[in-house]
Amino acid sequence: MGLLSDPNRRRALINLLTRLNAPICVVCYMAGFACFMGLSFEPFTLRTYMSENAMGSTMVEERFPAGERALATGREFAAHKKKIGGMPVDWLVKTMQARGLEVFTQSFSRTLPFPDENKERYMVKGTNVYGILRAPRAPRTEALVLSASCSPGDENNQAVGLLLGLAQYFRNQIYFAKDLIFLVNEHDLIGMQAWLEGYHHTNTTGMDWTPLHGRGGSIQAALSLELNSHVVTSLDLVLEGLNGQLPNLDLANLFYAFCQKLSVLCTIEGKLQRNDWDSVSGYSQAVQTMMLMVMKQASGRPWGDHGLFLRYHIEAATIKGINSFRQDKTDATTIGRLLEGMYRKLNNLLERLHQSYFFYLMPSLSNFVSIGYYMPAFGLLAVILLLRALDLWVQLVTPPPRNEERVNDIAQSCPGVLSILIPLVISHLTGVALYMLPVRFQEMAVEHFPVSETEAVVLTAIAVYTAGLALPHNTHRLLSGEGTEQGWRVLKLVAVLYLAVLLGCTALINFSLGFILALTLVPVAAFVTPHVPKVLSAFALVFLSPACTLLFSVFFYQELQEMPVSFQDGWILYLSVISQGILDHYLYGSLVYPLIALLVYPCWLLFWNILFWK
Amino acid sequence: MAAHRCGFLPPLFILCALSVLTVTWTQETIPLGSHRAAAADSKPTDTKSVAQTTEQLAVEQRQWEATEVEEATSAAAAVSKQDNSSPEDVVQTSTPKPKDEFQEELVVRPLHSGDIYASFQFRTLWQTDFTRERKVSHYGLFPKSLGQVISKFSVRELHISFTQGYWRTMQWGQPFLSSPPGAELWVWFQDTVTDVDGTWKELANVLSGIFCASLNFIDSTNTVQPTASFKPLGIGNVTDHRFLRYATLPREIVCTENLTPWKKLLPCGTKAGLAVLLKSEKLFHSSFYSQAVHIRPVCQDWQCKTASWELRQTLNVVFDLHNSGQGKREWSLFKMFSRTLTEACPLASTSKIYIDVTDNPEGEQFELSPATALLSQAVVLGDRRTFSVYDLTQQITFGTVRSLNVLMRWKSSEGDMLRPLLHAERYVAGYGLQTGEIHTLMYNNHPYRSFPVLLLDSVPWYLRMYIHTLTVTSKGKDNKPSYIHYQPSKDRVRPHLLEMLVQLPPNSVTEVTVEFERALLKWTEYTPDPNHGFYVGSSVISSLVPSLVALDTNSTWQRPLFSTFFPCKEESSYFVRVYTEPLLVNLPTPDFSMPYNVICLTCTVVAVGYGSLYNLLTRTFQIEEPSPGLAKRLANIIRRMRGVPPL
Repeated sequence: MGLLSDPNRRRALINLLTRLNAPICVVCYMAGFACFMGLSFEPFTLRTYMSENAMGSTMVEERFPAGERALATGREFAAHKKKIGGMPVDWLVKTMQARGLEVFTQSFSRTLPFPDENKERYMVKGTNVYGILRAPRAPRTEALVLSASCSPGDENNQAVGLLLGLAQYFRNQIYFAKDLIFLVNEHDLIGMQAWLEGYHHTNTTGMDWTPLHGRGGSIQAALSLELNSHVVTSLDLVLEGLNGQLPNLDLANLFYAFCQKLSVLCTIEGKLQRNDWDSVSGYSQAVQTMMLMVMKQASGRPWGDHGLFLRYHIEAATIKGINSFRQDKTDATTIGRLLEGMYRKLNNLLERLHQSYFFYLMPSLSNFVSIGYYMPAFGLLAVILLLRALDLWVQLVTPPPRNEERVNDIAQSCPGVLSILIPLVISHLTGVALYMLPVRFQEMAVEHFPVSETEAVVLTAIAVYTAGLALPHNTHRLLSGEGTEQGWRVLKLVAVLYLAVLLGCTALINFSLGFILALTLVPVAAFVTPHVPKVLSAFALVFLSPACTLLFSVFFYQELQEMPVSFQDGWILYLSVISQGILDHYLYGSLVYPLIALLVYPCWLLFWNILFWK
Repeated sequence: MAAHRCGFLPPLFILCALSVLTVTWTQETIPLGSHRAAAADSKPTDTKSVAQTTEQLAVEQRQWEATEVEEATSAAAAVSKQDNSSPEDVVQTSTPKPKDEFQEELVVRPLHSGDIYASFQFRTLWQTDFTRERKVSHYGLFPKSLGQVISKFSVRELHISFTQGYWRTMQWGQPFLSSPPGAELWVWFQDTVTDVDGTWKELANVLSGIFCASLNFIDSTNTVQPTASFKPLGIGNVTDHRFLRYATLPREIVCTENLTPWKKLLPCGTKAGLAVLLKSEKLFHSSFYSQAVHIRPVCQDWQCKTASWELRQTLNVVFDLHNSGQGKREWSLFKMFSRTLTEACPLASTSKIYIDVTDNPEGEQFELSPATALLSQAVVLGDRRTFSVYDLTQQITFGTVRSLNVLMRWKSSEGDMLRPLLHAERYVAGYGLQTGEIHTLMYNNHPYRSFPVLLLDSVPWYLRMYIHTLTVTSKGKDNKPSYIHYQPSKDRVRPHLLEMLVQLPPNSVTEVTVEFERALLKWTEYTPDPNHGFYVGSSVISSLVPSLVALDTNSTWQRPLFSTFFPCKEESSYFVRVYTEPLLVNLPTPDFSMPYNVICLTCTVVAVGYGSLYNLLTRTFQIEEPSPGLAKRLANIIRRMRGVPPL
């Protein structure tokens, strides 16, 4: 560190960094992107392995015999569901009791902040039914959960049937050391939220539920089941939970191990694994899988019923049966055996799942990218912001070369705190408006415009967002007079450092979100000055703003799902995605919407402000 | 703080209050004169029930064992004075007592849920008085290992239980003797003991050896001195809780190695008598298993001039019909224990098997074979039960095959859950690893009567309870406890102790909540499996519960009218101790591979970051003068030689 104490060498280094700032930034950006794309290249990834000793070497034998009977129970359940036109609570209670479980129910109700048009629900009332299979000679301290949601229509009947079949089979087994909770939740995630809040006696989202009367101690792990047809060709594992949380990697490993053992076709993100990693198509498959995971994680919403467990530090995943009209089919008995094996191994756990990774990306089920590998990609993007900040700082503190302008500059060099503070405050107030107004003013909007509540919310959000573009650069001139050359530099320095901290924190919690935001916002932050061509830059800035990022993500996601949409459909999808994001925040406490509205958007507005600095 | 408000109240007052309140609310008119009424631990005596039994003799046309019952009437009157906690020994012989006496019995009760409950009790009486004669060297039936422990440590009363599993009150009703999961030990010492803590620690270690259990983990961090919840069950009216120690080890795993030393304490071992049935491969293939040892002084005779020691060994086990019955509701001694009985223990004065046939008055629920002529009735836990009795001391019991294999066949299927009058549950609320909340729910399912309960909570120090957040609510209203005793914890020294007397309104749920913060332990204090979580022992709820017999006010069922207007004291309430489930709480756990990383990182930060910063801060910077020219240097040398300061 003689570098810092030696003024000459320090100066040389700083000179180098400021002189080569732009090229270094460009190189870093390219390197960051390349590094990210390289993550899914198989030789660069690690093979998955079971870290947990309790689940690794111990072999279990799966003997679940009653797949057909489980499907018959599913049909019976469907018939009762159809007859009642909702969840057949009484039938479920009776059936579970007949299988020797302790059965409890919980009713809940929730009025959504605005109608959910995707699922067509507004005032939700429902009942969860769960049965506890008490482990012999266990003191009710630990439990495992198997859940299946009771959705309207013909969905998920087979899952409920299999759940009941497994309950009946497990009742006769002697080896369980943890209580097993079989949960049938109504209204998928809302019911799950009510049940989990009831179980842990918290209330974070203002839902009404009746307290639970039976518990099994602290829940160690949970699986949710989604089966929609009698015929299943492959099983898909869904990991992404609320706010991009992931379960411990060992849970995915466990699933993969049993799929291998029972030779069941298994996928992640709906993509089959390919063995030809060295071919282009093999690589692109891996990239697509990982990209899908990144997109889903970045969205911050729970992608299965398991997603809400993760907040309570319960490792959970959803297993989804896929019917893709392949030749080789998997029958219900095999799926039952797979679940039996997984539960027996989870039952063997001595501690919570903690040995393996919590932060990872999966290009395929057998490979993963750990946090140590993907963080450098983000780091390369984040370092651009620091380099720009250094450059600005040096420009601010270095006295200008010519002497006669010095007097003039000293007057300019200390721009008032006000000139920095006002854009900051204004942009954040806009953010607060974006966060508050859409839901608050929906009634008013519905009265004055011919739109539904949901449309009103989404359109208000878009309107506030667009209005924010017009606001800051107009007011700032009124308040603080003519901006100075130093002024925008200070503002940009603040904005760049703000963005760096913001993205850094986001990436630590939800890497995917942080990376996608960095990918779009870092170039903006790097190039924006008041001296670049206005129209072109304004266009680029809007193009790279968070809202447009979301729009592109929607199209990109559809492309990855191999379900491309036209622009018209894409736009409608985009609007529904916004409403879903806002709903996720109000219903389950997802943090993406407040993060974007209260922090990212204001930060972006600062750059917009700089562009129009006068 | 609420604890200080009434912390000074003597516990005796509480007990009195408790009984008085109970008496008031139950509209009891019988004055309480006897010392038993004041003891919270008193259980219903059998005198009345036996009297009613005799009355019913005339009514029912079934064949009763008349002589036996008559004997019991006289014997029970004498015995119940001293021994009022065992409803099972209704039928006692009044034969002249030998110096030592041994009784054994087995109660089998088909449970509501379809499971089957077997409860063994072995009782050894030893007519000697440790308090007077210090040196005792002759042992008859009483196990020497325990006798020595009692005399060495001046124990007045000792209660120890090992339990695997949790008693499911909602499905099984109340057990005869309740116990918490894991190990529980509570001891009253003689008031001659000076260093109670030292003796307690030593005693725990000795018992640990005797029972092959981890009782040596009992130390000051999990020992408490309850002021009101645990009263002596034997004679003597000492209530100074300085001589009481109570500890639980919720994590203790109970298995064969604990059963074997327990069986060795029996006079006949496992060679003869009921103990033949105690085969570990069957006992540990069950839903619930609990073994216990209770030692207490009891009166020798009616006047209670001399005391004798009673050793009561109990073993409770619940078998799951579903698992091993293959769906068939059929049970026999052989199926339960893989043994049949061929003889009573020759040393036993009584040896009996009771089968609970209350739900089966006409034989429609299940059938019992071989049929027995003997019936007995007792009020157990506030409920009048009828038992079929097999007396093993009679040769006729074993029949022609010379072996007894009681067989039962069920006919009904299992029903829904019970509503026991008092039950409780407990859980940890909240998420995250910083704070949490302990919720204790106490259910009073009595339709119109409220009753007080004593709640004892002992929480380890690493859950820092915020006692100011303590709330007690029933039916949405604040329910102010009439007595609170709270002893705050000291880090690494002693646990929290919270005792409360709470009135449970009829037909209500009372919720006790208290918030806590999870402490960060020192890294050597974590268990080898820190991510499993840390256990918090069960809370103990002791109460006098209004009995079911008294509940049925309109029952003139088979009883003369003159006997039924005022509910009688013995039956109006009964003592119940309910244990909640233990808690498993996760504490903030460091990643134990982290120290290496931390050391590396810290060293780097110190060496590179701090080092250079320190360097920059402490070094004085001077502008280095360009080196002088050759001429100047020469001039300076000359000037130095001349003694003139250099240029």
